[in-house]
Amino acid sequence: MLELQNISFKVNAEDNKELEIIDDVSFKLPEDRFLVITGPNGGGKSTIARIIMGIEKPTSGRVIYNGEDITDLSITERAKLGIGYAFQQPPRFKGLTVRRLLSVAHGSDLPEAKCCEYLTNVGLCSREYLNREIDNSLSGGEVKRIEIASLMARELGVAIFDEPEAGIDLWSFTMLVDTFKAMSRGRHNSVIIISHQERIMKLADDLIVIANGKIRSEGPRDEVLPKLLTEFDDSCAFRGE
Amino acid sequence: MILDDSVLNGLLNKIADIDGIPVDGAYNIRKDGASMARQSTESVIITPKEDKPGIDIKVLPFATEKNIHIPVVITESGLNDMVYNDFYIGEGADVTIVAGCGIHNSGCEASEHDGIHRFFIGKNAKVKYIEKHYGEGDGTGGRILNPTTVVNLSENAVCEMETVQIKGVDSAVRETVANLDAGAKLFITERLMTHGEQTAKSQMTVNLNGDGSSAQVISRSVAKDKSTQVFYPKAEGNCRCKAHVQCDSIIMDDAKVRSIPEISANSCEAALIHEAAIGRINNDQMVKLMTLGLSESEAENIIIDGFLK
Repeated sequence: MLELQNISFKVNAEDNKELEIIDDVSFKLPEDRFLVITGPNGGGKSTIARIIMGIEKPTSGRVIYNGEDITDLSITERAKLGIGYAFQQPPRFKGLTVRRLLSVAHGSDLPEAKCCEYLTNVGLCSREYLNREIDNSLSGGEVKRIEIASLMARELGVAIFDEPEAGIDLWSFTMLVDTFKAMSRGRHNSVIIISHQERIMKLADDLIVIANGKIRSEGPRDEVLPKLLTEFDDSCAFRGE
Repeated sequence: MILDDSVLNGLLNKIADIDGIPVDGAYNIRKDGASMARQSTESVIITPKEDKPGIDIKVLPFATEKNIHIPVVITESGLNDMVYNDFYIGEGADVTIVAGCGIHNSGCEASEHDGIHRFFIGKNAKVKYIEKHYGEGDGTGGRILNPTTVVNLSENAVCEMETVQIKGVDSAVRETVANLDAGAKLFITERLMTHGEQTAKSQMTVNLNGDGSSAQVISRSVAKDKSTQVFYPKAEGNCRCKAHVQCDSIIMDDAKVRSIPEISANSCEAALIHEAAIGRINNDQMVKLMTLGLSESEAENIIIDGFLK
């Protein structure tokens, strides 16, 4: 169980004023739940994910994981507790091969067959990719898929995917949706996906809508999703792919 | 035969991936200024030079030999070893040569090895040349390596050269000159890591003299602590040719790195590219690896290992 208690996150803006990115956000994610966080760009979704992972420290509030207060734990400590985060814009590594990254993610050398399985699940023809470096020779979509595979190679308590659909073509997206569907009932205890895609939202048990750093609405998918399309002026952003 | 000297074996393993004197293939093992073991094969003939220290390595035309080892080890403090090795690779031959120098200096005087290697690669021949440099020992004496390599490639010859200096060499000045005839191809990969107060300088000139010749130079380095590195790779295009020079350095702590790639076209049909970058380890890379459960230093090691691989 993951719980955010009254999380706020402020930064200093250029004119020395404080800018509130997250404003008193609280929610609970029980085990075996699939949560989709959605909302307009710049609303604070990624910041919440980064606060859960420990990449950003909240200005106030607590993060509780399986009964333990992890607010002051490092990224590494949280990762070891079973929290994982797939970046919206994953970094590239000169010299680091796909196989090595997947093995690092897994925590030990990963057999070729396993690597291939994870890569196939994200729509990459695996043999071609195993020994490729995660450098500029890969396209944005390829790096993104490898990032998703790197989370699949782990067994996590909470797996967070930050806009996994970004940069992924339509054909692969269908495959990705199937993968997330399978994942939601498999490898990881709980899954959080930050997404604008209606098809991903339809997989969710619960939805949270974040706008201007606050929770705009939350609840079971069937309650939140129908209202979502009429709630925002810029609703076209939520009209699926 | 396994040598009983664990220091020697350790050095041979680091620089040549062998545990003592090999059974197969051609080799010459030079220790503390003298040859201690040598073996020729039917197609690879190794003979000592008569006028100066060093050997001639002759590979017969169309021979295939993937197992040629020419390591040098220095275990005496204060030794200054200068050696001249000439490689004559016959037409159409296909060989892999592993050279390198390991210094174990436990004393207070500097140990130095200056190796001058010249390659004469025949038409259509293919050479893979791996040279590893390594230093160890807890003495205060410096470990100094100054390799010079001259590569002459005849028509359509191919040379793949890999040089590695990962640890423990206090001072290194590397000079590399390559001359390419028509259709010849040269690939140089240079990997370097310096730490402490080490200094390393690499100067390289690739002369593309024949139509259709091409060269690719990739240099990757990591400079830690207070070490300094200087790179001067230069490609000279004198005809219809292609060259790509790429220098990438990761800089850490109080290190200093200078990278001065030069491309020089003396023909309008020369297509030459250079790239150079120096920067710290990217913070996003560190964070990414930490989200996979690695500590900061483990993440740093993975990034550096990959970068220098």
